[in-house]
Amino acid sequence: MPHITLGETQITCPDGEVLLDSLLKAKLHIPYSCRQGLCQACMLRSLDVTPPAAAQIGLKDTLQRQNYFLACRCHPEQDMHIALPDQHGAAVTAVVINKQWLAADILRLIVQADSALSFYAGQFINLQRTDGLTRSYSIANLPAPDHTLEFHIRRLPQGQFSTWAHDELEVGDTLTLSHAQGSCHYLSGNPAQPLLLIGTGSGLAPLYGIINDALNQGHSGDIHLFHGSRDPDGLYLVDELHNLTATFANFHYTPCLSSADNNLGYRQGRAHDLALTNQKSLKGWRVYLCGHPEMVRESQRMAYLKGASLRDIYADAFVVGGGQMP
Amino acid sequence: MSETAEATTPTLSLFEQLGGAAAVDAAVDIFYRKVLEDYRINRYFSGVDMEQQAAKQKSFLTMAFGGPNNYSGQDMRNAHARLVKMGLDDSHFDAVMENLTATLQELNVPENLIAQVDALAETTRSDVLGK
Ligand SMILES: Cc1cc2nc3c(=O)[nH]c(=O)nc-3n(C[C@H](O)[C@H](O)[C@H](O)COP(=O)(O)OP(=O)(O)OC[C@H]3O[C@@H](n4cnc5c(N)ncnc54)[C@H](O)[C@@H]3O)c2cc1C
Ligand code: HEM
Repeated sequence: MPHITLGETQITCPDGEVLLDSLLKAKLHIPYSCRQGLCQACMLRSLDVTPPAAAQIGLKDTLQRQNYFLACRCHPEQDMHIALPDQHGAAVTAVVINKQWLAADILRLIVQADSALSFYAGQFINLQRTDGLTRSYSIANLPAPDHTLEFHIRRLPQGQFSTWAHDELEVGDTLTLSHAQGSCHYLSGNPAQPLLLIGTGSGLAPLYGIINDALNQGHSGDIHLFHGSRDPDGLYLVDELHNLTATFANFHYTPCLSSADNNLGYRQGRAHDLALTNQKSLKGWRVYLCGHPEMVRESQRMAYLKGASLRDIYADAFVVGGGQMP
Repeated sequence: MSETAEATTPTLSLFEQLGGAAAVDAAVDIFYRKVLEDYRINRYFSGVDMEQQAAKQKSFLTMAFGGPNNYSGQDMRNAHARLVKMGLDDSHFDAVMENLTATLQELNVPENLIAQVDALAETTRSDVLGK
């Protein structure tokens, strides 16, 4: 009988019994609902072995690769260390090593974690200030041997965390990092698949990471990036991205300005309109959408109706709290 | 060894014959796109959150495929009551059935199974329409 370890507790899962039942019998608090592999409320993550395939049916492939699985569908085949989706691994401390402004309102924050953090570029991490104030930011770089992480933080008027990060956070200060979360990242295994990435504002952060990841892994399919902003100040890394198009023939970059005064050679209009309206079919494409929640929602729908499959649409709406504490 | 015993159970349910949860996953992409493109009914599905709507389509398909679900007739009435107020009637129900059948045909599901799915979905008509 396989032994299953969750935090401090170890249980055994008898043959023929699903893991969810064994966990519930042990009086462990596992959220669950349908018990049929559909609602995904009982999603857990294996911290060591690959979970049984039957326990991963229906999960997005990025979640599958991260060894998430459904407890109600899981007949363990071997010993496993498992965790609830939001509590695996201890938090990590990081030191600010660089602050640089990529545009008037966009801060590039580089931190160095005190230990290795497993993540994919494009996932997000919750950054926590010493007093507990916590906000999510997307990772713009690839895992590096020196454990550095890059974030792009946009200043919001009166935004608690972003204003503090821009004005008061100093090199040498520490932050607490959660583990990396979310399924908005590059997936190897289909190098010829065309990719469409649409971002507004600091929504470029995860996309920048994903693009570099893809190019680094030799992605051969076309990669189209549309980055949008209301005003020219919100477009950043423009030179870097233009340079990438010079190096990689399959990378295409379209900076878009939605405001009227545009004599800087950018495309005129909203990024997702420009990206999606003239696109005949997105059948077989993978689509990444990051930034403004409304843009993300509209684009999800448009991309889907243009033929992209639901599981190939990856979205991170940068939902902003609007005054409520996390 | 219990899995093998399960797999060789002689009488497979409709849901199992269709391919279970994996079949629902395959069908939802096609079905929901048809529904959103169908001018006769898409106004009923214009909820903002697509992921949530898609999850509900999954519940719908699981139920229509004879899969495990906990919906009672009363639940079906409640779930669609808001839509009945918006004018949901037999013509809309027929349109959904049409999209369902077309989805299954596109997935090359055998006609005899499609007929069973249609018959099963048909049993919910009066509850869905609040009659
Ligand atoms: C998955 C995810 C990834 C993200 N990635 C990034 C990223 O890479 N880069 C990035 O810049 N952001 C990102 N965000 C957004 C980020 O997490 C924060 O929400 C954002 O930085 C704002 O935080 P804040 O503390 O500065 O603002 P908050 O203090 O939370 O305030 C947000 C806004 O609401 C206004 N406000 C505050 N209080 C009130 C009130 N009482 N009434 C009305 N309005 C009020 C503020 O003026 C401000 O404009 C991401 C969000 C998510 C969910
Ligand atoms: C064929 C019979 C039908 C069945 C078996 C069925 C089943 C379901 C189920 C199981 C749900 C999810 C309920 C929940 O969990 O909240 C649902 C929701 C929904 N159904 Fe149906 N349905 C049917 C017909 C229709 C028709 C004809 C329409 C409209 C044209 C419709 C529109 C909707 C909408 C819009 C929702 C979401 C409701 C909400 O979010 O408030 N359904 N249906």
